[in-house]
Amino acid sequence: MNTPEHTHDVELDALYRDTVLDHFRAPRGHKVLDRIDLVREGHNPVCGDRLTMSVKLAGNAIEDVAVHCKGCAISVASASMLAEMLPGMSIQEAQRLAEAFRQMMHGQPPPSDLDIGDLDALEGVKNFPVRVKCALLAWMTLIDALRAAESGTNSTTGITNLEQPGN
Amino acid sequence: MNPTVVAAPVESAAADIDVVRVRADFPILKRTIHGSPLIYLDSAATTQKPECVINAISEHYRRTNANVHRGIYALSAQATDLYEGARARVASFIGAGSPEEIVFTRNTTESLNLIASAWGAAHLKPGDEILLTEMEHHSNLVPWFLVAKRTGAVIRYLPIGDDGTLLLDRWEERFTERTRIVSVTHVSNVLGVINPIAEIAARAHRGGAIMVVDGAQGVPHTTVDVTALGADFLAFSAHKMLGPTGVGVLYGRRELLDAMEPHLGGGDMIRTVTFNGATWNDLPWKFEAGTPDVAGVIGLGAAVDYLAALGMDAVRRHEISLTRYALERLRELETIEVYGPADPARRAGVIAFNDRQIHPHDLATVLDRRGIAIRAGHHCAQPLLERLGRSATARASFYVYNDRQDVDQFITGLVVAEKFFGRRL
Repeated sequence: MNTPEHTHDVELDALYRDTVLDHFRAPRGHKVLDRIDLVREGHNPVCGDRLTMSVKLAGNAIEDVAVHCKGCAISVASASMLAEMLPGMSIQEAQRLAEAFRQMMHGQPPPSDLDIGDLDALEGVKNFPVRVKCALLAWMTLIDALRAAESGTNSTTGITNLEQPGN
Repeated sequence: MNPTVVAAPVESAAADIDVVRVRADFPILKRTIHGSPLIYLDSAATTQKPECVINAISEHYRRTNANVHRGIYALSAQATDLYEGARARVASFIGAGSPEEIVFTRNTTESLNLIASAWGAAHLKPGDEILLTEMEHHSNLVPWFLVAKRTGAVIRYLPIGDDGTLLLDRWEERFTERTRIVSVTHVSNVLGVINPIAEIAARAHRGGAIMVVDGAQGVPHTTVDVTALGADFLAFSAHKMLGPTGVGVLYGRRELLDAMEPHLGGGDMIRTVTFNGATWNDLPWKFEAGTPDVAGVIGLGAAVDYLAALGMDAVRRHEISLTRYALERLRELETIEVYGPADPARRAGVIAFNDRQIHPHDLATVLDRRGIAIRAGHHCAQPLLERLGRSATARASFYVYNDRQDVDQFITGLVVAEKFFGRRL
């Protein structure tokens, strides 16, 4: 049985790696863009986490991203990593990265030719199934936003709901 | 069709709860989670089940399974007696005038929807008002939103003060001559606040409105007498009072239920059907369309017996004692903010709180690693959370199987979480 002194928990340490907590402490992408081409809200009704993602496009590329996330350490860190990694990517590259991360959260290794940057630090989340949605909130929101942009149906706004609330 | 069942009187035991003996009745408490004994502090979401409830359900399927109210054979009669016997015990448990005032549904939510649809839709006119409170669970909001949309009725809210208790001094400005329904939770599933239902019901009745009580967090935790409360309708769930999931209860005053049209059609709610139409069964079967959850209702009957044997006064005393202790221990932690009134006598065993440095979701994960199950989120009361200025809270909720050691382990878990994040944030 655990005691107060017994605080070392390998899986917990793997969930909250220093890189994750660094992004949580100082989230990237907390800014206002001078132009917004896409804006989308993400919501995880189970825990109440919310974010607003704004994207500035330059043709087929993502010029800049702003993310304002209110939530747990995992969701804030994941959104921060997204904001750091996306600028400069093409829409297709961003989609590939988001899909790879989604697969990663479900236990699949990312493609060997893909640089996943700090997302590597979120690998421990897959061992906490109830937290996977926290890590995916920003990325599922991004996937929805870019899909709307690609299909030409984007009205620049939308809401991504990860799942329905429980009791 | 209408078996004669005499309800056994439900008496309160004088003694306090012997938690060691109670815990032995709950097989799940022998489990370990991540290597630690399970400490279950999420009874406001659903309670654990004692052996007697599990056995009642199992025995029904092994020995008495048959459809109710239909078979002209001994087995069906036995199943019917068990099913209707449970109804009689539930009626007695909440002080209903007769078992005919007890309708079985799937859960509290369905019970509230039934009232909103069957009573509300028939009686509300455009401009009529429904008075709710700022602390309602979604289940006591959304059914009213739906019926308001259908009828043109308007929803108003009685506000809460900073300690989470209702501001009854604002009654006059919120209750008008157009108010037809007042629907209030007996106990808040977030704040733990126990509302003065009898006083609210008296005010509602004086103004000509009916009183609906969401009893999901009330009936399992304190003595409830529908007459003393002045409830016209009372909704609650089996699974929050040691019974199985999938069974809800709707108590309704006979005159009101009699005047209501059925909510769903088919099966047990029918008396006669011709090619030209149908007539309805008597109460309460008029509202129980299709084959009911017979085993679940029998399980609820066993749960009622178990609680009655403990005594609801003892259950209440136990929760006050445990809540007082938990609030005292939480005050030791400087970064913890607790919602709801400070006086444990004004609240049930539900404590919502936040750590000023740690998000409730992260807190819940750290506690889970130590086998401690708490809730984190908005608890299906988003408007209330908005009123509190929070998007989420953590919540610990207690029941008859919890003891001070559980509280101690919970506090230790919070200290560990603060150390874990404190040295790294």
